[in-house]
Amino acid sequence: MTIEIVGGAAKRLPVAIVPFAMPAAALGENPATVVAADLGRSGYFQIVEAAQADARPTRPQDIRMGDWRRAGADALLIGQVATLPDNRLEVRFWLYDVVRASELLASSLTVPASGLRAAAHQIADMVHEKLLGEPGSYSGRIAYVLKRDGWYELQVADADSHNAHTIARSPEPIISPAWSPDGTRIAYVSFEQKKPVVYVQRLADGSRRVLANFRGSNSAPAWSPDGRQLAVVLSRDATSQIYLIDAEGGEPRRIASSLALDTEPVFSPDGQWLYFTSDRGGSPQIYRMPVTGGQAQRITYEGGYNVSPALSPDGRLLAFIHRRDGQFHVAVMDLATRQMRVLTDTAFDESPSFAPNGRSILYATLVNGRGVLATVSVDGRVKQRLTQTGDLREPAWAP
Amino acid sequence: MTRQTHAIVLLGLLLAGCASAPTEAPVEERVATKPTPVPPARETTTPTTQLPPPTPKPEGPKATTTPVSPPVVETRPLPPQPIQPSTPPAPGKEAKGKPDLTTPGAHKDPSSPLAQRVIYFEFDSAVIDARFQPVIDAHATYLRANPGFKVILQGHADERGSREYNLALGQRRAESVRQALSLLGVADGQMEAVSFGEEKPAVQGSNEEAWRMNRRTEIHYVDE
Repeated sequence: MTIEIVGGAAKRLPVAIVPFAMPAAALGENPATVVAADLGRSGYFQIVEAAQADARPTRPQDIRMGDWRRAGADALLIGQVATLPDNRLEVRFWLYDVVRASELLASSLTVPASGLRAAAHQIADMVHEKLLGEPGSYSGRIAYVLKRDGWYELQVADADSHNAHTIARSPEPIISPAWSPDGTRIAYVSFEQKKPVVYVQRLADGSRRVLANFRGSNSAPAWSPDGRQLAVVLSRDATSQIYLIDAEGGEPRRIASSLALDTEPVFSPDGQWLYFTSDRGGSPQIYRMPVTGGQAQRITYEGGYNVSPALSPDGRLLAFIHRRDGQFHVAVMDLATRQMRVLTDTAFDESPSFAPNGRSILYATLVNGRGVLATVSVDGRVKQRLTQTGDLREPAWAP
Repeated sequence: MTRQTHAIVLLGLLLAGCASAPTEAPVEERVATKPTPVPPARETTTPTTQLPPPTPKPEGPKATTTPVSPPVVETRPLPPQPIQPSTPPAPGKEAKGKPDLTTPGAHKDPSSPLAQRVIYFEFDSAVIDARFQPVIDAHATYLRANPGFKVILQGHADERGSREYNLALGQRRAESVRQALSLLGVADGQMEAVSFGEEKPAVQGSNEEAWRMNRRTEIHYVDE
């Protein structure tokens, strides 16, 4: 998979990243390369190349700050990797303000021998936060469905799309993956029994079980913030209605009865509300109701088609799909002011999902008729696209 | 316990006309009025102020065989799904004389009215157009006469918008057919309404023509 930047912040911060000193044993990619790739594609940073003649410091005492000032860098990252007696790796790194010639960060991470990429993503998160004052989201994981050669593959990958693993594969469709809050399980809908059935699968051992297979359709799983129950949509008693079901299974409890179609439930981070899509007003719109049941309030009003609600981790922003002029875009609403803003100009956007830092939204869209995954920052300024052979859809960013 | 679903042939219906647009008819639907050839009249159409009919599809929607395999409880690869080409649509005219709607097995006769298995819908609608009442009537008669037979009513939606919302729309279309059959005396135990949402289009393509053929409920017999 490759990542392409399709937009960026107006002003990018110039950062120089020097290859880390590595022990003799080949350990794979230099962490500096991974950090540079993370920061470079975020749209917030510009990676500064060192001039040929300049030194490549890997220790603080070797830095000649003038070299980096001349190269135009505002910040400098150096580091070294050492093998510990128990074969784990220690990654030490330093971040400097080049202009003031002052140290911003000096830290170390200890990881297993296979954990160098993970360490690099964490370093990128720390550098991002130190330089921009808000958390990065480079070290997370994503799940998505890849359709290729007539098969549907549920995959889990690092947020930079490396390290992808197929965790379930079927000739029938798979949709709606949903991460448990602790990131150890994924609920999803599979059609392998010729109807939609909700499963919960453990990532550690690949074991899974049926969560909901009732008469009719079973779909749209969403975890409660404490991971103890899920909201699902069942049609066993009436057309698509929302139920709560224990994460270990059991009898579902219907929490509301509407004559309309209710679907796509999602919990608010405080666990008090369920946001969902309903056509009770004549067109599909987003509503919310107390998790205990009760009166629903309509949230979206602008336009005749607002679906697929997703809440930011702080509960302040609602992302959803908004139809305008026959095109489906990612939009975001500030729930305090109810101000809505369309973030994308692609026409077939689906399935928005927030990054753990709440600063960007992962979604699926079509480019030249093929499914791709993309991210957009919540201010709409930074856009990235992930592409891979085959159709990608149904992305979900791990909490 | 293994129940085999027989190969089901989905016949493209030669449809004419469309119901009046739903009140919330979206932009796409209103511009979806590109005229298409009208098939030889074989059903009464209401010619006034209607959207044009779906173009007859000579090849008919693709049919898939649907063997019900035992639930896969592991996350190992599943066997590939065999796909069979659909049988061409039945001739436009039914055979003379009263069709046999009661003898067990009649639903496998491609010349029977029971060979018509697809009910089409307008955008964002689950209302069954009167044009499809004969299809509903035929299956109701057959199912009443054969209480041991069961059907899966499989609702579908076109590809636009949210997959989960489309799943719910397909469910509503399946329920709509279930209720129509129920009103005609078919026992609840003989029917299950499920949805595939937008996941199994009958026709590939991102255009009005394909979308119209994909908003549907398919009637699948589950043979004992």
